[in-house]
Amino acid sequence: MTVPDDIAQMGFEQALAELEAIVQALESDEQPLEEALRLFARGQALLAHCTRLLEEAELQVRQVVGDEVLPWQPDEG
Amino acid sequence: MSDDLLRSLLDDFFQPPVWTVREVTAYIQDLLREATDLQDVWVRGEVTAVSQPRSGHLYFTLKEGDAVLRCVMWRPRVQRQARRFLPQTGQVIEAHGYVDVYPGGGTYQFYADVLRPVGEGAEYAAFLRLKARLEAEGLFAAERKRPLPPYPRRIGVVTSATGAALRDILNTLRRRYPLAEVVVAPSLVQGADAPQALVAALERLNRVARPDVIIVARGGGSAEDLAAFNAEAVVRAVAASDAPVVTGVGHETDFTLVDFAADRRAATPTAAAELVTPHRDDLQRHLRSLAARLQRRMEHRLVDAGLRVARAEQALARHAPLARLAAYRQRLNAARRALPRALSQRLRWAQARLAAWHTRLPQAVLQGLRWRRTRLQHLATRLHAAHPLAPLQRGYALLTDEQGRIVRAARQVQPGQRIHARLAQGQLTARVETVADDPPAGPGGAGSPAPTPSAPEGGSP
Repeated sequence: MTVPDDIAQMGFEQALAELEAIVQALESDEQPLEEALRLFARGQALLAHCTRLLEEAELQVRQVVGDEVLPWQPDEG
Repeated sequence: MSDDLLRSLLDDFFQPPVWTVREVTAYIQDLLREATDLQDVWVRGEVTAVSQPRSGHLYFTLKEGDAVLRCVMWRPRVQRQARRFLPQTGQVIEAHGYVDVYPGGGTYQFYADVLRPVGEGAEYAAFLRLKARLEAEGLFAAERKRPLPPYPRRIGVVTSATGAALRDILNTLRRRYPLAEVVVAPSLVQGADAPQALVAALERLNRVARPDVIIVARGGGSAEDLAAFNAEAVVRAVAASDAPVVTGVGHETDFTLVDFAADRRAATPTAAAELVTPHRDDLQRHLRSLAARLQRRMEHRLVDAGLRVARAEQALARHAPLARLAAYRQRLNAARRALPRALSQRLRWAQARLAAWHTRLPQAVLQGLRWRRTRLQHLATRLHAAHPLAPLQRGYALLTDEQGRIVRAARQVQPGQRIHARLAQGQLTARVETVADDPPAGPGGAGSPAPTPSAPEGGSP
């Protein structure tokens, strides 16, 4: 599935929040079918994005050094 | 006296005295017992080498730097002490008792009767005073507690860069929520400089990294090791943090003042990491459920739309002009088919009614006939009774004059006149002898002889 750019740049929380809102909207309102289909497609893209984020994420570790945030180097700690 | 003997006596006399072991031991024992300061004393030290053999006595060593004091607590005391508190390695405690010699070991040792954690002393009192003061200030108030972000993007960690606490936290975050970015603000966590370092680390972390949530952590240790987390400056820094703070300091049972000031308190560093993050498995489950709902809802909408299209198609077809014509034709045909059926139905109904009458009719007729016959018989009887000749059967005679007129009264005839008497069987011709009319009063006076004109002539049969 191709994910629109604006979704690809979303953080997990934002994407999940929009996905939840879309499911909620589809379940509670009767949009015109075309609008429902559009929401559905966007929901699918958000789902794919969230799933990918969860599966591919690797914990980023950094440290505060002086007034900067730098990559974590345990040996120097 | 020989010289040898003399020398030997002199030697004995001037030799310095030799003490026995017991004598030395008893002497030292006396010295200690005279030092009354050491006979009723509190001693503070860090506990090491705790052991409690089967005898039930408790042995441990109190240590301070490279000085140690071996301690023993006899079993009855241990049993009483166990109800409140038993020392563990690493703890700083205060022990009450006396110093005495242990002859069997050639050592002195401390005979303890009461033990208490160091907190119960002056430090603990200070701790309680500080806690009360900060509490009164509202620093620990429930309404100050902020909710934790459900999906933190950036997690700050204030802890020792080299401790097990950081390793535990990173492992936990990696496993649960690798989406997050961790920013560590390394800090001293024990020692005199620790409070200041912790305050600085917290401030810098907030200012430079702006994390969504901060973990302040330290692995387990003695009460003194955790002292920095009771320091007022650190407690205030935690309360003032821009990002919500979760503490994970020490073990389950350790409570420090930063725990009260934090937005949430976790028992250990690992628990703190768990508290600030959702679990990846839970998130994946949640995503699957959302996917299912999305799918279900869309399918429903599509099926619904399909049905509506189909319904609309049917409606459209019904209202098309040609279709209307066809519909009329169909109705006409239907009517045409229905008409004969309706007629024959009607006919059948009429026939049925007729048939019903057929069966009912004879019944009625017979009834009428029977009734008429009865009536006829009745009439016949009455007719018979009324027959003019009927009384003749009972012996009466019918008298007529010569003109054939019926004689009803004596005065209708004259003496000598001929009359005819009709009897039940046959008839007579007679002549009137006398005529005696009845007196005019009352019809047929009793006792008077009835005029029986026939009697003289015919008599009874």
